[in-house]
Amino acid sequence: MSKELNVPTMAECMAEGKTPDILFWVGSAGSYDDRAKKITKAFVKILNKANVNFAVLGTEESATGDLAKRAGNEFLFQMQAMMNIEVLNMYEVKRIVTCDPHSFNCLKNEYPGLGGVYDVMHHTQFIKELISSGKLDIKESDYKGKQITFHDPCYLGRANSEYNAPREVLSSLHANLVEMKRSKATALCCGAGGAQMFKEPEKGNKDINELRTEDALQTNPEIIATACPYCMTMMSDGVKVKEKEAQIKVLDIAELIASSQNL
Amino acid sequence: MNYLPNIIFAIALLLGLGYFAKNVKKLVRNIKLGQDVDVSDNTSQRWKNMINIALGQSKLVKRPVSGFLHVVVYVGFIIINIEVLEIIIDGLFGTHRIFSSVLPTSVYGFLIGTFEVLAFLVLVAVTVFWVRRNLIKLARFWKDEMKGWPKNDGNFILYFEMVLMTLFLVMNATDGTFQEMQSGNIISQYLAPLFSDSIAPVIERVAWWLHIVGILIFLNYLYFSKHLHILLAFPNVYYGRVNNKGQLNNLASVTAEVKMMMDPNADPFAAAPEGAEDEVPAKFGASDVQDLSWVQLLNAYTCTECGRCTSECPANLTGKKLSPRKIMMDTRDRLEEVGKNIDANNGEFKDDGKQLLGDYITNEEIWACTSCNACVEACPVSIDPLSIIIEMRRYLVMEQSAAPSELNNMMTNIENNGAPWPYNQQDRLNWKNE
Ligand code: SF4
Ligand code: SF4
Repeated sequence: MSKELNVPTMAECMAEGKTPDILFWVGSAGSYDDRAKKITKAFVKILNKANVNFAVLGTEESATGDLAKRAGNEFLFQMQAMMNIEVLNMYEVKRIVTCDPHSFNCLKNEYPGLGGVYDVMHHTQFIKELISSGKLDIKESDYKGKQITFHDPCYLGRANSEYNAPREVLSSLHANLVEMKRSKATALCCGAGGAQMFKEPEKGNKDINELRTEDALQTNPEIIATACPYCMTMMSDGVKVKEKEAQIKVLDIAELIASSQNL
Repeated sequence: MNYLPNIIFAIALLLGLGYFAKNVKKLVRNIKLGQDVDVSDNTSQRWKNMINIALGQSKLVKRPVSGFLHVVVYVGFIIINIEVLEIIIDGLFGTHRIFSSVLPTSVYGFLIGTFEVLAFLVLVAVTVFWVRRNLIKLARFWKDEMKGWPKNDGNFILYFEMVLMTLFLVMNATDGTFQEMQSGNIISQYLAPLFSDSIAPVIERVAWWLHIVGILIFLNYLYFSKHLHILLAFPNVYYGRVNNKGQLNNLASVTAEVKMMMDPNADPFAAAPEGAEDEVPAKFGASDVQDLSWVQLLNAYTCTECGRCTSECPANLTGKKLSPRKIMMDTRDRLEEVGKNIDANNGEFKDDGKQLLGDYITNEEIWACTSCNACVEACPVSIDPLSIIIEMRRYLVMEQSAAPSELNNMMTNIENNGAPWPYNQQDRLNWKNE
């Protein structure tokens, strides 16, 4: 049994007169989805290990509204955004980190216009910073020499041009990183974006996650690395459809880092 | 002296340019049917984009073969058109190769020699393009939306360029005085022996006239063709996206209403402020071309129908109906239809009972998009098909409440619990102790 997680809330910090350096935006998937919760916990373990002075909003957090916006419901998006901004500004939040590229994109690009201006980071960027500043020391790694392929989340990659941070973090594991034929700017979507995650796909001849999983399988990976809770669902399902779950694991970069350090 | 050729030439030139100007005016009017949008920001970034992406074709060369061939045709075609200047002066004033008497023979020869080499390269490149389209049948040129006119249009342009380049070389080959200069006839010297001395002068005149008339026709063909991109790519890239691709605009009309709703002091029954009564309530999203921004309409006219967007689209790759290229082509077709309607009704649009959404683009296409931005990334001329898709979703959801039922459930959950699933917000931190 691992050590208990230290997850202070903003409200607790405020009551104790403490000011966290950074807010961890858990996001809806990270809070409720069983698979994504594991990513959340892995990231918290990293934060604890690196002694990061962070806090979460806990029950004061609400959906960013990103999903509603991409489904076309601008009303619902702006209502969510303004509610969240009220809370964030009340706590005088300056920096935010999140494991969800969709929240990352929304908070970073779409909140400022509504009065919510923060320095927003994706967890891969934050972990990269922890490693390069020496706060997280990766000595040994169980993943040395393992064949890993990384699936770029659309909202981290194309949407915000961040292709390096996840790859740099992965390279710290000394794994054998192999790129899919479609990667970085031309990476294929996992199929979840634009609220597709919540509906049946339109009529076609294949599911998008299956096609993307085929891309990944061509690299003969032992591990498919992701950096988004929705990509996680899609790629895990894809591996199941291809009946490869015995050979291939789908893991978030936070999980890879945490488990490589036996956290 | 016989001024007839000069007069005929001047008339042809006037007709060609006049008709072109008329169509440009129509084009500008149609684009202005779109909603206003502020594009005065980031000027230096915009110029940079224009130089790199439009002039430097930085996105095109990402596909090396077609990218390289395109650069050849583009550079060749533009540079060779310097020659048109000489043709126009000659045509108007009855001179013959005026530059050859103004410039030193070596310089003139160098210029024409360069043009000849380029013309030859263009011929080769255009032939390869034709083969790729028609014999190798590259998938992106054979999608559903490419049937009929779009397919013919693509080929017509290639034929046009082949004919124009051939005429240019034949014109040089049959020009006795030019051949005698022995300077600059790099390619045409091999064609010259094909024409006997007796017919060469006639062929020369015919080729000369066909060449210039061909160019004027080509100029006027642009408006009706995907080839309009050779002009519009520049403004289109300039006015294209300068912020992160993931950022969607926040609707200001919605902000105003949401602020009202969230303000505990706002009196919903308060009388509207003076002058606000007759304000038309804003329409949310877009169902027709006039609801889109003028930049989106410029996008539609600029689209070259190259299909790079569609060939990267995850929805299209898995057999769904959505094709970002078709979104752009539909938008242009509908805009043309609206423009013709305005022409026919003395400058006023008369409701024709049709609109872009429904009559051209189906809901099925709109809902198949994953908002992945692959199309935006792939487009060599900075077109943003995704923004049009989002505007239509906004219309469907906010004006028609016509989202797929699963999405409605998801949104109801967000509204009630602050999460897309039916979980209680009070349980948001439960993961900590699980
Ligand atoms: S954003 Fe939509 S239309 Fe564009 S490539 Fe992705 S799924 Fe296709
Ligand atoms: S939108 Fe761009 S990529 Fe797509 S067909 Fe038109 S020009 Fe090509």
